[in-house]
Amino acid sequence: MGLISWAQINIPPPREACGPSKPIGPRKRVPLRPCTTCNRRIVRLVGFSLSLFHSPSLSAFLHRPPFPDAAHHRSLTSSSPSPWIWVAAMDPLESEVDSRKSNNKPRYSKFTQQELPACKPLLTPGIVISAFLLIGVIFVPIGLASLSASQEIVELVDRYDANCVPASDKVEFIQNSDTDKTCTRTLTVPKHMKSPIQIYYQIGDFYQNHRRYVKSRSDKQLRYKNAVHLTKDCDPEGNTIDGAPIVPCGLIAWSMFNDTYTISVNKKAINVNKKDIAWKSDKTSKFGSDIYPSNFQKGSLIGGAKLNESIPLSEQEDLIVWMRTAALPTFRKLYGRIETDIMANDQVTVVIQNNYNTYSFGGSKALVLSTTSWIGGKNSFIGVAYLTIGGLCIFLAVGFVVLLYMVKPSSSCCFCLIFYEFTDP
Amino acid sequence: MKRFVYINDESYQNDYCDNRISNTKYTLLNFLPKNLWEQFRRFMNQYFLLIACLQLWSLITPVNPASTWGPLIFIFAVSATKEAWDDYNRYISDKQANEKEVWIVKNGTRKHIQAQDIRVGNIVWIRENEEVPCDLVLIGTSDSQGICHVETAALDGEIDLKTRVIPSTCVGLDCEQLHKIKGVIECPNPDKDIRRLDANIRLFPPFIDNDICPLTISNTLLQSCYLRNTEWACGVAVYTGNETKLGMSRGVPEPKLTAMDAMIDKLTGAIFLFQIAVVLVLGSAGNVWKDTEARKQWYVKYDDDEPWYQICVIPLRFELLCSIMIPISIKVSLDFVKSLYAKFIDWDEEMYDHETDTPAHAANTAISEDLGQVEYILTDKTGTLTENKMIFRRCCIGGTFYGNESGDALRDVELLNAVANSSPHVIKFLTVMTLCNTVIPIKSSSGAILYKAQSQDEDALVNAASNLHMVLVNKNGNNAEIHFNGRVVQYEILDILEFTSDRKRMSVVVLDCESGKIFLLSKGADEAIIPCAYSGQRIKTFVDAVDKYAQLGLRTLCLGWRELETEEYLEWSRSFKEANSALVDREWKVAEVCQKLEHSLEILGVSAIEDRLQVGVPETIEILRQSGINFWMLTGDKQSTAIQIALLCNLISSEPKGQLLYINGRTEDEVVRSLERVLLTMRITTSEPKELAFVVDGCALEIILSRYNEAFTELAVLSKTAICCRVTPSQKAQLVKLLKSCDYRTLAIGDGGNDVRMIQQADIGVGISGREGLQAARAADYSIGKFRFLKRLILVHGRYSYNRTAFLSQYSFYKSFFSFLSGIAGTSLFNSVSLMAYNVFYTSIPVLTTVLDKDLSEKTVMQNPEILLYCQAGRLLNPSTFAGWFGRSLYHALVVFLITIHAYANEKSEMEELSMVALSGSICLQAFVVTLEMNSLTFVQFLAIWGNFMAFYIINFFISSIPSAGMYTIMFRLCRQLTYWVTLLLISGVGMGPVLALKYFRYTYKPSAINILQKAERSFGPMYTLVNLESQLRSDMENTNISFSTTPVKNKASVYEPLLSDSPISSRRTLAASSFDIFQPAQSRNTSSYPRNIKAN
Repeated sequence: MGLISWAQINIPPPREACGPSKPIGPRKRVPLRPCTTCNRRIVRLVGFSLSLFHSPSLSAFLHRPPFPDAAHHRSLTSSSPSPWIWVAAMDPLESEVDSRKSNNKPRYSKFTQQELPACKPLLTPGIVISAFLLIGVIFVPIGLASLSASQEIVELVDRYDANCVPASDKVEFIQNSDTDKTCTRTLTVPKHMKSPIQIYYQIGDFYQNHRRYVKSRSDKQLRYKNAVHLTKDCDPEGNTIDGAPIVPCGLIAWSMFNDTYTISVNKKAINVNKKDIAWKSDKTSKFGSDIYPSNFQKGSLIGGAKLNESIPLSEQEDLIVWMRTAALPTFRKLYGRIETDIMANDQVTVVIQNNYNTYSFGGSKALVLSTTSWIGGKNSFIGVAYLTIGGLCIFLAVGFVVLLYMVKPSSSCCFCLIFYEFTDP
Repeated sequence: MKRFVYINDESYQNDYCDNRISNTKYTLLNFLPKNLWEQFRRFMNQYFLLIACLQLWSLITPVNPASTWGPLIFIFAVSATKEAWDDYNRYISDKQANEKEVWIVKNGTRKHIQAQDIRVGNIVWIRENEEVPCDLVLIGTSDSQGICHVETAALDGEIDLKTRVIPSTCVGLDCEQLHKIKGVIECPNPDKDIRRLDANIRLFPPFIDNDICPLTISNTLLQSCYLRNTEWACGVAVYTGNETKLGMSRGVPEPKLTAMDAMIDKLTGAIFLFQIAVVLVLGSAGNVWKDTEARKQWYVKYDDDEPWYQICVIPLRFELLCSIMIPISIKVSLDFVKSLYAKFIDWDEEMYDHETDTPAHAANTAISEDLGQVEYILTDKTGTLTENKMIFRRCCIGGTFYGNESGDALRDVELLNAVANSSPHVIKFLTVMTLCNTVIPIKSSSGAILYKAQSQDEDALVNAASNLHMVLVNKNGNNAEIHFNGRVVQYEILDILEFTSDRKRMSVVVLDCESGKIFLLSKGADEAIIPCAYSGQRIKTFVDAVDKYAQLGLRTLCLGWRELETEEYLEWSRSFKEANSALVDREWKVAEVCQKLEHSLEILGVSAIEDRLQVGVPETIEILRQSGINFWMLTGDKQSTAIQIALLCNLISSEPKGQLLYINGRTEDEVVRSLERVLLTMRITTSEPKELAFVVDGCALEIILSRYNEAFTELAVLSKTAICCRVTPSQKAQLVKLLKSCDYRTLAIGDGGNDVRMIQQADIGVGISGREGLQAARAADYSIGKFRFLKRLILVHGRYSYNRTAFLSQYSFYKSFFSFLSGIAGTSLFNSVSLMAYNVFYTSIPVLTTVLDKDLSEKTVMQNPEILLYCQAGRLLNPSTFAGWFGRSLYHALVVFLITIHAYANEKSEMEELSMVALSGSICLQAFVVTLEMNSLTFVQFLAIWGNFMAFYIINFFISSIPSAGMYTIMFRLCRQLTYWVTLLLISGVGMGPVLALKYFRYTYKPSAINILQKAERSFGPMYTLVNLESQLRSDMENTNISFSTTPVKNKASVYEPLLSDSPISSRRTLAASSFDIFQPAQSRNTSSYPRNIKAN
């Protein structure tokens, strides 16, 4: 059925009908009844309702132009109890014929005729050259900013895995629980390091993203007290031999990093803050505060660190950090923070308990001290990449301009050109 | 191999099938297996099934099996439901036909039974205007002469009435006897030849003797014909159900696969092989690595004793990982966009036919893009190219031309005045028009008079005469009643000198009942009538008139008249009767006798009848031929008529530019010789810019197709245009098959039941929902109201569909490759949920809006139809473009992966964060790629592409706020980091810069034809010159046109033959080449300038 537009109905509703005193009546369906004088149908609408839509036969004739002699119907309005009356000329036969004549005709709309207004971008030299210029102009400053931010960061990296093992058979040394694994490293700070100074441990060639490894955990167990037994995913570190669930279960927790660092600056021991090194969201929502480690590292094979069974998991920040698996084989994880500045040329002495076995698989271990900026740790990649791309874009833009003058594009519109591709073998 | 049909013998049990017609493809039982089998014939589906099965093994699956099974089952269910629905509709229409009530004779009385219960041997009674339910051998009719008329339109598309006669042994049997008749019919096993039946009938005593009487096709009533002009007829069922001539020629429609689908399948196959290689190499490498290196990694804690199947775990995992290279989403999105293409066709206002109130309809939603790759169009003539309406247009009476100004003699005031004034010449002319024919007037219930004519020309003449107030009211036996200007005139028709194709004229001898005078009225082809003029008559005006009308493409007839002396007539009449009863050489003898009477005629004038082409046919054919499509015209009609129409609608050109080669002959030798000759000519002239076309008729084609297939195939490849006349429906289908076997995309268009097989056989079938019913339209993939919509269907819808699908499918592969490559690099960079979301959601929705993409405006395409060659040659989707997309995906994968791992190295390399950075980088890149590849951006596309990008963030923000989700808080953390945004910008810049630069380079320095047109279209300057060029070309053509039409025409093609003539000799007179000069089609010179086989790309 057709649409009713207000514009098509000529008689405006009497103003007083819309007054606030008149409550809007319920939508009522009003039967059609012919006018006694002109035999046209009269529609009475109660309230400001679209009861028109309720009588489908009406919508058809409201399409028709307004009739000329509606004056005599006005009299009806006054006597009628309803707020206003609409009268419309009606010739049902004719309107039916109209609709039958082309009832299969598809409805016109811009969408169905695929005529939606469209912007048709064209790769003209002007647009392309200015696009490249624009990219260049944006990229170079960003590159400079990130490069300078990266340069400001002071970073000390000390790889100690080789030097901290005196024995020739490194694997045997590290697996022997009786050997003394203490190792002392001394570093010189090249530049003033502003607090907070982050302490990371960096492990190389350790595949935390190994499929078997990364799946071996139970998030439910870590979070909910009543889910302690959910260790199905944790194989082969799910349950102890006698079937008791390990908390926290899984290979990830089992292989937790267990080297420790004691740091002193200029022979003066300083405090390493190990609070708040994990994500806050992990502590509150991923690890339960009422879940305590149990049966952990009790098997025949001991993987890595042991956990204090009196501290709930949500406070075991080293574990939480470790459980955030790294995507790449070389990764750094936060060990702690130093909250005092370290001056240039200060001697930093680190006493390392070298417990963690990276020697079996030939991995590396390093200690990293680093300040921070908006870009995170020291990383000149972004800056260099931006500068390169920015430079290249400007170069391309200039090159395009030059090329445009040297080689005329073949686009001069020649009709036969259209076919050269087909005639070309 | 014969079958013996015992007439009306219930005791004889035969095991022939009953008359149940079945067009359905499935039964209730075999639906599921058959449908699945059909769906699994596509390699892609097999592949997905394999992957889905592998995913059921939880040890190896990286994702939830539901992510593959869900879409797979959905896809299969949708297409199975559609098939089922179609088949159900077929079943319903079959059921209607099967349950129709028919009369048959049982136990000596007539009984009503359902059509499906007819058995071979039953006697079936049919009343006027009823459909024949099965193939019958006629044994009785209401006519005393044993004649009945049938309309065979549904069978062969010829809408004129055909005469059928009862076999001689059955002549004179009355109803009672027909109920009791017994006998045997010996007929061959069912075949599909609708022009031939070699059978015998022998009636058993007591009916006459038991002589064998031969039966031919003219003794039959074939299924789906209609009985006309005959009160009743009865016949013996010889073939029933699906064994009838119609049923045998009805092929089972094969599911159609588009060229693009085939290409995608091929690519899928190639990728699958590649995957196997990857799986073997990486799988074994993985196993080796695991046994050597991974065992050292104590934190992974491999067991020492593993079950045997562990060895195939790693390869299978790789296979599953690889499986995302072939996107399952491609099937979903292709199905979606294809159904939208179909909807666009349904919705198209410009393909809506006001006259018949029919919109275009795409019944097959799967093959739109094939429309853009059509290389051959095989078209029916009658009703497809022509309107199938003969209209009397002009005449020349006694030297005066009527209808020259208005083009319609019936509205010419002069003629109307002449009629009103009873000008003697005009009255004579009208009398001949009214009486010299075999038309039967039928009074309808409302009082209007309808004419039943065997020939459309006669119909046109009688109708024209009645419009000029000379109305043939009644023809009762030999008495004809004519109303003229309110006066009633009675004539007695004494003799009819029938039309034969040798005589090319017909005459009647009538007696004016009022004056008692006897007249000979003749009409015929000009060369048959004008020589018979009485000596002394000035015939020059008539010759001129014929020339002039022939140039206009009108069918001319000359009308003549002579008053006979009674003695002369009586004498002649005797010899005529004698000749008619001759047993030897009857035809020749009759012709000779007729010759004796038909002389010294007074030539009254020339009439010109138009067999009107549909509106816009020549233009449509011209545009489509410009776009590199070859036309073949396949018609059941006569050669001369077919050639005439071909000339009119620009299909063939006249002599200087084109040449028509004939393949004909009655014997095998003749046919072979002419085939070889034509082939030789073709080979020689391929280098010349001459348009060659060949004409072949049904008999020759039969011989050629059965024995000389190879030579004909070569001919088909060489020839751009062909006219095949008098071909049967199955020959049409054979021709389509032949072209398909040469790897051409074919489109068949037709309007009648005789085109159904061709339509089903072709890659694309188009039906015209026309005068001959809806059979063709129902069987077709597309139905349109008029032939002229074909150009829009192909050039606009077909081309857009092809372009869009090409982009969509390649893009789908690109993004899957991309996700695979960036995924494999980081072993499992993306988690399964985001991977699935990436595939089915983030990257699929933007690209779906490609359905709105238009590279060129419709107007530009119509002005430069040559651009369709791009699609035909498969320029937008082929291995090389595919390789381009593959290279791009490789590059983009590298960009995303390298930048992400370097920017998020060391302390930032947390898995969830890193994968989210990579994912957002990818999605950002995809959005740019789609935007760049779109040729026109509407707000819908813009919204879908960038709104989708926003939706990605919104959804991820939402997921990030769910504590139990793996990526809790990740998105919030990232968005707070400046590094994240900087990385994103870097990825987009590095990813898009080179793509943009390359595109620009190609665009500016090596533009494709599409690019040039785009430029022309969007910058107004060059567009102007282009239009200029166009108009210049056009005016050139017009000039040549004029010069051609002024050249004198020697041999005009006036055609007068009633369409019903059982002698196939027809006029195989060689249309002298010069006759092609009429209507020199404005051929574009482009068509011949490029080689036809652009396939090698």
